[in-house]
Amino acid sequence: MSAAAADVPEPVAPAPAVVRPRRHWGVIALGSFAWLVILYSIAPIGVMVAYSFNQATAGGKLTFSWLGFTTDAYRYVFAISDLTEALVHSLEVASIATIGAVLLGTPLALALARYRFYGKTLTDLTIFVDIAAPSIVVGASLLSLFISLNWPRDLTTIIIAHIAFDVAFVAVVVRARIAGLDRSIEKASYDLGAGPWATFYLVTLPLIWPGIVAGALLAFVLSIDDFIITNFVAGQTLTFPLWVYGAVKTGIPPQVFAMGTLVFAGGIVLAGLNALWQRRQPA
Amino acid sequence: MEQHVQPHHPVVALPKLGLRRRLAPYLLGLPAWAYLGFFFVVPLVAVLAVALETGNPDQGYVLTWHWSELTSTISQYHVQLIRSFQYGAISTLIALVVSYPVAYWIAFYGGRHKSTLLFLVLLPFFVSFVIRTLAWNFILSDSGFVLGTLKGWGVLPQTFHVLSTPSAVIAGLTYNALPFMILPLYVALEQIDRRVVRAAQDLYASHLVAFARVVVPLSAGGIFAGFLLVFVTNVGDYVNAAILGGPGTTMIGNIIQTSFLENLDYPTASALSAWLLLGLLLAIALYAWIFGTRRIQEYA
Repeated sequence: MSAAAADVPEPVAPAPAVVRPRRHWGVIALGSFAWLVILYSIAPIGVMVAYSFNQATAGGKLTFSWLGFTTDAYRYVFAISDLTEALVHSLEVASIATIGAVLLGTPLALALARYRFYGKTLTDLTIFVDIAAPSIVVGASLLSLFISLNWPRDLTTIIIAHIAFDVAFVAVVVRARIAGLDRSIEKASYDLGAGPWATFYLVTLPLIWPGIVAGALLAFVLSIDDFIITNFVAGQTLTFPLWVYGAVKTGIPPQVFAMGTLVFAGGIVLAGLNALWQRRQPA
Repeated sequence: MEQHVQPHHPVVALPKLGLRRRLAPYLLGLPAWAYLGFFFVVPLVAVLAVALETGNPDQGYVLTWHWSELTSTISQYHVQLIRSFQYGAISTLIALVVSYPVAYWIAFYGGRHKSTLLFLVLLPFFVSFVIRTLAWNFILSDSGFVLGTLKGWGVLPQTFHVLSTPSAVIAGLTYNALPFMILPLYVALEQIDRRVVRAAQDLYASHLVAFARVVVPLSAGGIFAGFLLVFVTNVGDYVNAAILGGPGTTMIGNIIQTSFLENLDYPTASALSAWLLLGLLLAIALYAWIFGTRRIQEYA
């Protein structure tokens, strides 16, 4: 649409040329402000990267002041065994919860996008509340459930909780992708004699795949970063955010910032690869 | 035409397909319904019931329809509850005022760099939320490189501090809200047809009037989405208050977390959760009442 709008010839401007420079300065001011906000929003990332190279104290903690440049935090990045274990927990939880959410959320998205059925409004409302409800209430309510069922809190309860909030996000993203599809392609598949299953695997699934990937990425990012809900249902098990939060009072070892920097770099590389892959795939 | 393509298919196949079509949405939705019902809807209702239980951590709690728990918790913790809504409202408003020009600039003047700029805005998502908040602790600390340097130059008095003040907590809440606010605003602004804005200017609306009467109303859906995401998250947050705040900045989330996980006082925690939900629902209803419900329904 914007391309079409650009093709429309500019109407002969009735305004005198004096107006133009004034608007131009406004845009420059707007742009400068936007760049300041962007710099502000990435400032903590710079702090994380910078302090990951800071020399730690004899006790292995970071101080606010600069004690000297070192790459020790990267050389001994896995030296703190329970921190490494927490990071592994985070990766496990995020991976399993993402798979679970995709398996539950994709069929739900198909039902919502393709069919009319009783309870559709209720389903929409539940998904909306699941996304909008404050984490602290969701976490508290799940902990109540686990306590009343006498379930011990461990990695399993964390994964159960993560699937419960990831499902809603996967369903919304996949549904948006399905809604934008041309249904005549599937009708053509039926007309050519393919059954519902063959049509699903050979036609529908490849078409909605980008939506599933986007939903899965969102679920993974939300899971790996979740603190509040996890804090309620984790019991004695620690994930990476929980470990870091717990260490705030006792002092932060530089490995925390080194791991954060590595995860950040890994995320950027994955995002870049995804962008390249999407550019190569038309539509 | 269909008859021509499938001449050998018996007519009996049609009702079977119809039944399958009618059952399909229920079969597709069933696993997710069962899961969300058991692990989301039931606990959400149950947590409110716990508020009406009495007992103690050692002997357990029983449901006694103890309604006074709701009134006693509010008289004990109304300060923190009101403070949470204040911090939430202030941080949401600042985030909106800061984010709108950024989203507007990227959507209207970003040109071919739109996705790159948006990527930069979303960059904080690649770093854990707890680490980002912790980084602000490093930036704002009394002896850190910002305040420490300024104090060294004599620009600030030695007693000046930011951490442990309401400003630090609100700044942290605002900071964490920025990408959540910019993204929905950008999506809404990007969809606006530029010709509508140009039409307003052709009809002699100044840039400012066109902006206020055309662009802002057309982006109301994005404003609501940002408000909902940020306000709900920030009112219920306790990480910023715990890492950047002090004894005077305790929010309702801190109280719920402590009563639930440390004091094992489930009725108090549940009663406070109920008050938090009620307050949020009232705030959203108030928003809808002031700005009109139509757009909100459109969005939801």
